Amino acid sequence: MSNESKELAAKAKSFDSKKAFDLLLNNALYILMIFAVIVIQIINPNFLRPSSLINILSQTAAYLPLALGIAGCIVLTGTDLSAGRCVGLTACISASLLQAVTTSNKMWPEIGTLPIPVVILIAMAIGAAVGVFNGFFVAKFKLHPFIVTLGTQLILYSCLLLYVKMGNNGGMAISGLDKSYNDFIKGSIISVPTGNGTSTPIPNYVWFAILLATVMWFIWNKTTFGKNMFALGSNEEAARVSGVNVLMTTVLVFALAGAMYGWTGFVEGARVGSNTANTGLNYELDGIAACVIGGVSFVGGIGKIRGIVIGVLLLRLIFVGLNMASVNQDLIYLVKGGIILFACALDMRKYLVKK
Amino acid sequence: MDHPVLLEMKGISKEFPGVKALDNVNLTVRAGTVHALMGENGAGKSTLMKCLFGIYNRDAGTITLDGKEIHFKSSKEALENGVAMVHQELNQALTRTVQDNLWLGRYPKMGGIMVSERIMAKRTHEIFDTLEVSVNPKAVMSTLPVSQRQMVEIAKAVSYDSKIIVFDEPTSSLTETEVEHLFRIIDMLKQKGCGIIYISHKMDEILRISDDITVMRDGQWVATRPAKELTMEEIIKLMVGRELTNRFPPKTNKPGDVILDVQHIAGKYTRLKDATFQLRKGEVLGIAGLDGSGRTEVLENLFGAMTREGGTITLHGREIQNRTPKESIKNGFALLTEERRATGIFGIRDIRENTVISSLKDYLMGGICLSDKQMKEKTEWAIQAMHIKTPTQKTQIRSLSGGNQQKVIIGRWLLTKPEVLLLDEPTRGIDVGAKYEIYQLIIDLANEGKGVIMVSSEMPELLGVCDRIIVMSGGQVAGEVDAKNTSQEEILTLAAKYV
Repeated sequence: MSNESKELAAKAKSFDSKKAFDLLLNNALYILMIFAVIVIQIINPNFLRPSSLINILSQTAAYLPLALGIAGCIVLTGTDLSAGRCVGLTACISASLLQAVTTSNKMWPEIGTLPIPVVILIAMAIGAAVGVFNGFFVAKFKLHPFIVTLGTQLILYSCLLLYVKMGNNGGMAISGLDKSYNDFIKGSIISVPTGNGTSTPIPNYVWFAILLATVMWFIWNKTTFGKNMFALGSNEEAARVSGVNVLMTTVLVFALAGAMYGWTGFVEGARVGSNTANTGLNYELDGIAACVIGGVSFVGGIGKIRGIVIGVLLLRLIFVGLNMASVNQDLIYLVKGGIILFACALDMRKYLVKK
Repeated sequence: MDHPVLLEMKGISKEFPGVKALDNVNLTVRAGTVHALMGENGAGKSTLMKCLFGIYNRDAGTITLDGKEIHFKSSKEALENGVAMVHQELNQALTRTVQDNLWLGRYPKMGGIMVSERIMAKRTHEIFDTLEVSVNPKAVMSTLPVSQRQMVEIAKAVSYDSKIIVFDEPTSSLTETEVEHLFRIIDMLKQKGCGIIYISHKMDEILRISDDITVMRDGQWVATRPAKELTMEEIIKLMVGRELTNRFPPKTNKPGDVILDVQHIAGKYTRLKDATFQLRKGEVLGIAGLDGSGRTEVLENLFGAMTREGGTITLHGREIQNRTPKESIKNGFALLTEERRATGIFGIRDIRENTVISSLKDYLMGGICLSDKQMKEKTEWAIQAMHIKTPTQKTQIRSLSGGNQQKVIIGRWLLTKPEVLLLDEPTRGIDVGAKYEIYQLIIDLANEGKGVIMVSSEMPELLGVCDRIIVMSGGQVAGEVDAKNTSQEEILTLAAKYV
């Protein structure tokens, strides 16, 4: 009997240590994040100052909408490589439509300065149209999104190169933006005191990003469209025989993603301030990286808005942190690549069935 | 009782490039009855149902439901008009919850676009209560065992409140208790006046629950008769178009000395707790047990496809490890896996590649270049020896029938010159006629002096082909019986020993 109880105790113990190990692994990303913060803080005590935190927050807010859009494509077991160029195009268009009337080489002098809501609408509509194009090819011709968006990305780049040469611009960087535009995006309604009588403003686009994340959370979790999207990503055939309109849902997911890129473009127009055909280059890779770090799985049908936010935040934190810790710029990509591999290997563990 | 005609399919034809899948097929289903649709694989049963359900567009023929002519263009339209279907392959969104799956395509809405979780939960409970299904509606699908997922699929089809419900092989992954449960649900649907179309290969099930039976062969309608007037033999005769006098070939193999001794093997992560048995040269050893009893795990464990914990394996008096499939193949083992389509065939590759894939190193010239000539010869040998019916070696394996696919895989393993063949459900999803050929192959292999271990969920098959049968229960060996002097009852009793 004592033997038996010993055995039981040993079993319970091994079970506990296994559980603790699992808990550790499942939260490894957060632990890594905290560890990184501590190390960077030791190297550079300015890291955790409000001004630097707000910097990280703003950067997160700038990249978040795009990641939220791409995540939907990944949930459908796809991807979207056209996101970055779509941001570039909508950024240039937004900026060109909102140049101040006083700007000497204003791209479209004859239109004055358009109202901001109109430009937002134009940017998001262009993005959505690109999305519809992508989604249609994916759903109708059964092409892999990787191929479709690879093609779209190139097409968009040509559009972008042609666009910046139009009007009076002649391929120059688009700058000299209207004050209303700058204020709308970079202006601030709340400033955080940062000591010594100074204060750091929280730019408006942070609030917009929070709003968009909330809206996306709602769409993903509370609407028919959201549930159909997850079901489709999880098992397309099941969705089809259950009466889900596969074509429509796919097109909508890509269109919604496109609208998100349009918004990102609108923000980048003002945030960057001087836009060229290179604006938005490789944004999609950061977006995809953030999604996979945040647990949006390429297996399909899995992902949470919370994870995406954390993914974007972690990437920005590491970026800003490494800069502040004066780490050699060349090494930053190494760290980023390492994190992607590490995070995905961890994530995959959850779906592995041990045999 | 009066049973008016509910569904009438007349002169249905459907052609795929090069194949006439359906040729002038008729089917009449009466309200409040179960109509069994029978036929070998490839007879066109599923195609016919897909034409009804709007997945395929029929080329000719009319379908009348409740007196109205219908022509569904999508599954959605079929579901909305009172035709629901339990599909043969489990089509489920595995990463989503049970209730998300149940209401997929028709989520209860709130304010136009929002999904009302509250109503969804309420309706799920109602359905599960009526059907006495005990599954947690909030559980993620992938965490459930296959049998429970199947019950969810059945509940889903019933929940559409349809007039016609099609069950396409619903019991292939259910345990005996769950099959009884399903039959109670079907009875309930009959009382409600639904018309049930039931597709299954299991004769005893068909004879038990059907009112009418329609038999199809090669895409054509063969006969429709009341179930009472038919016997199992007659159905088989109608299905294969000739008389099958014996379901099993004569047992000519003679077991010799013990070649394999397995002592107390157990799985590290799986439910296999303890298995001990021996295998003789030239013997066919059966492994019986209920679903989840660990019978498949015995084979996969032995083959190194699962992590083993403890136990010893001795082959010809020499202890071996079999840590990985690669090592096991080297030691003379071969495993025919349970799910042919998922883990057996390389569907889009041709017969030749599927045949030679496990013995590639035999065809190396100078250590790097594979000899096409040799591979062709070996494949030709397999096609002849296994009686594989295929137009050419370059045919995609997925275009063959299940039985021929299985023969290709057996051929593949024989090319590795195994001593111990592990066969997991060797005749699953195979036509009645082709089953006989597989049985003959198994007995021939034993005659050649190979040891065969065969797992099957069909007890008559084990009794007809094996010499000895070990019965698994709750991950352990519950007993061993002599196939000649045992009965299904004895095996079932043993199978329930540790449940």
